[in-house]
This record gives sequence, C-alpha cells and structure tokens, in this order.
Amino acid sequence: MKSIKDLLNELSFFEDLSDDMLEFIAGCGQNMHFSANEYVGKENDSADYLFVIRSGKIAVQLQHPVKGQLTIRTLHEGEIAGFSWIIPPYRLQFDLKALEHTSVVALNGTCVRKKCEEDHTLGYLLMKHSASVMNKRLTDTRIQLLDVYNQRV
Amino acid sequence: MYTTKEYKVKEEASEIESPWVPIPYKVTSKKMENRKLMTFAFEPARQKRIEPIKPGQFNMLYAFGVGEIPISVSSLFQTEHKLVHTIQDVGAVSHAINGLSINDNLGIRGPFGTCWPIENARGKDLIIMAGGVGLCPLRPVIETVMNKRDQFGDVNVLYGTRNPDGIIYHEDIIYWQSDPSVNLLITVDHAFSKWHGNVGVVTHLVNKAKFDPENTVAFVCGPEVMMRFGAYALLEHGISDENIFVSMERNMKCAIGFCGHCQYGPHFICKDGAVFNFNSIKPHLKIHEL
Repeated sequence: MKSIKDLLNELSFFEDLSDDMLEFIAGCGQNMHFSANEYVGKENDSADYLFVIRSGKIAVQLQHPVKGQLTIRTLHEGEIAGFSWIIPPYRLQFDLKALEHTSVVALNGTCVRKKCEEDHTLGYLLMKHSASVMNKRLTDTRIQLLDVYNQRV
Repeated sequence: MYTTKEYKVKEEASEIESPWVPIPYKVTSKKMENRKLMTFAFEPARQKRIEPIKPGQFNMLYAFGVGEIPISVSSLFQTEHKLVHTIQDVGAVSHAINGLSINDNLGIRGPFGTCWPIENARGKDLIIMAGGVGLCPLRPVIETVMNKRDQFGDVNVLYGTRNPDGIIYHEDIIYWQSDPSVNLLITVDHAFSKWHGNVGVVTHLVNKAKFDPENTVAFVCGPEVMMRFGAYALLEHGISDENIFVSMERNMKCAIGFCGHCQYGPHFICKDGAVFNFNSIKPHLKIHEL
C-alpha cells in the first residue's frame, strides 16, 4: 500500500518539493473517501483541507436560487480541490460534491500553513504551484464568461 | 475556349457546370438536433447533381427568393447522391431552409473550399476538437476515421458545448462512445440539472487526451475564440502548429474567390479555406475586426 508521501510524489503539483519537504507535508495528510453525491465541503464551511484527487470526480458548484445547483467546473484525478485553506478567512467559496466514488488525500490546512510558516522555501513552492493552478482556472473561467457557444460559428 | 454562344449551348446541355448556377435538390429527410439546429438530407431533384463533397468542404444552399448561405457537409454516411447538412437557424436564409418540408426544393452550388487533410493523418494520433456546432463539419472526419480505424493511431474526440442541451448528434455520440478505440470526451461550460459529466472549457480536455505530440494531427472547429485557445492548448502540449488545422468561418457570397466578402488577410476563406493550417492563419487571428 502506498504511503501519503508516495501518493503526493506522483503528482505534478508537488514535483519541485524535496524528499524532506514531501515527508514534512505528508505528515499533514490522510486518505479520505466520498460516495457519489456526497458533499466534500459546502459553501462557507471552514476550509480545513486541501484535497488532492486520487480517483473519481468532484464538482465545484454554486447554489442558484431558482435553478438549483450550477456546476461550474469538474475536477478529476491528479487535480487539486479547494484553495480556501490558504487564503483568509479560510472558508469554502463553493460547494464541492463528489459525482462518483472519489478518493482523495486530504492535507490539513492548518497543519500545512504552520509548516509553510516554518519553512518559507516550502511555503513559496506551494504558493507558486497554487498560483499557477488558480491562474489556469481563472483563464478558463474568463473563457467560459465569453459564452462563445452562444454565437454563430 | 468556347465562344459565349457555344458555352451557353454546352451549359444548357449540362456539359459545363457553371459555379454560379444552383442545382435543384429536394429535401428527403429532416431531423431536429436541438431548438435551433436541423439536419437535412437532400437529393437531386432532377438528373443533374454536384460533384462528390469531401469532409471540410461546403456547399452554397439557396432558399429560392430568400438567399444563399454556405454550409459545411455534416455527414458522408448517406448514399453517394445524397447530401447531409446541419443548419443552425440564425438568419433569414437559414430560417427559410429550416422551414422546408420533405420534397420541398432548394438550390445547391458546390462543393467549395479545402478539406480536412485526413490523408496526412494516416498512421498518426488524432485529436478532433469541436466546440458547439463546430462538431458538424468534423462529423464526416470522425465517420471516415472510424470507418478506417486501423489506419490511425490513438483517436481523441474532444467536444465542448455551452450546456448539456447543446449536445447534438446523440445517436452518433452513443455509437462513438461504444467504441473503446476512440477516446471521446465531452464537456460543457456550465450545467444545471443532473449532468454528471465534465464541466469546464474544451481546451482543458487536452490534458486527458492520449497522444504522442511528435506524431499527432489535430483538427479544430468551433467559435473562433475557442479555436484560438484550443490551438494554444495543443501547442502547449507539444503539437507542432503545422499539424494543427482549423476551419474558419466568414460571410461567403460567391464561394469562388471573386467577390471578396470572405477575405481574411491575404486569404479568401471560401477558396483558400475554410480548412486552414494553423501556421498560415495564426498571424491574423488576433487582428481586431479582421
């Protein structure tokens, strides 16, 4: 059975981290499993974890008062769910819902933040990778906002 | 060369096809894909018919008394005399055509333009990226590839739409999904309802495609912004711009490079396209109002 460190080591998000850093971060991690349609977290809940998806699919959702749940993004194997653990006030901005049976490595946000404060190189690498993922998602969101399919091709 | 009189005599005798003269066709079937999109099969109303059309090429469809519009061929699976076009109801002509009933007539000129270079993709991995109704001109490519599946490497079909209601060609999609040798991935920009598929931009699907970037050909069709970002994503994954092909769309009138309505930089979309190599078109993609 793979250790948390082995699982993290397989992901590009952690690729620049040294062996010691991975060991350090893995100490904050635990395996979690969610059934289909189970909420991983809900909007405005305390953002206690950074979720690294090992298998399955998580929907990032927003509650629409009339139309119900609007899915704005799905996240898959190898992707990161939830960045609110790193940004005060550490509350989830959206609902996270497992669309199928989903396994994650959940890194405790408080623990990771504490380790980042202790080791600024580790903190910088994690922030750099988080910023890169957030930038890609922001770009994708901007393209979605263009609503390109609502025009003639 | 013929004199004008000889030309007229021969043209009347159908020995010379004038690219200006529509040939009468009639509607033989009509299928609603979604609220605004209709797929038609046409067959010659008389003996005369247009030359066989290839994937990526288009015909000018003439609604009598209303006008003409360029529409790409959307399937080659019918018998050789039949033409299949999928038409989005967005203007007077498309509205008139979508209102035609079985056995109603319309005029067709064509085929025009360049085709998807399927021959160049033989032996290579393939990425077919479609956005919205951009799937229509790519469906003949998918049909051709699936018909000769062993001649290609990994085949990836990446299809993005606005929402689940925008998905078209359901029967084909079910058929493509049933083939384990085709990696069909669908995403929508956003979804209410009980959609459990992917949500996000189509460019994101490139991460999940299976291909060797050194040996891959990509065909991209959809809204221009989507094609631009789609091509960027493919380039980012190591596919050479010479192996990326896009299908451009402009207001085509004559369809033979005379009128200039579809001029795009140094190109006429109707004659030099609509399918272009990305390398030749990319300098113009970001020019404002071109």
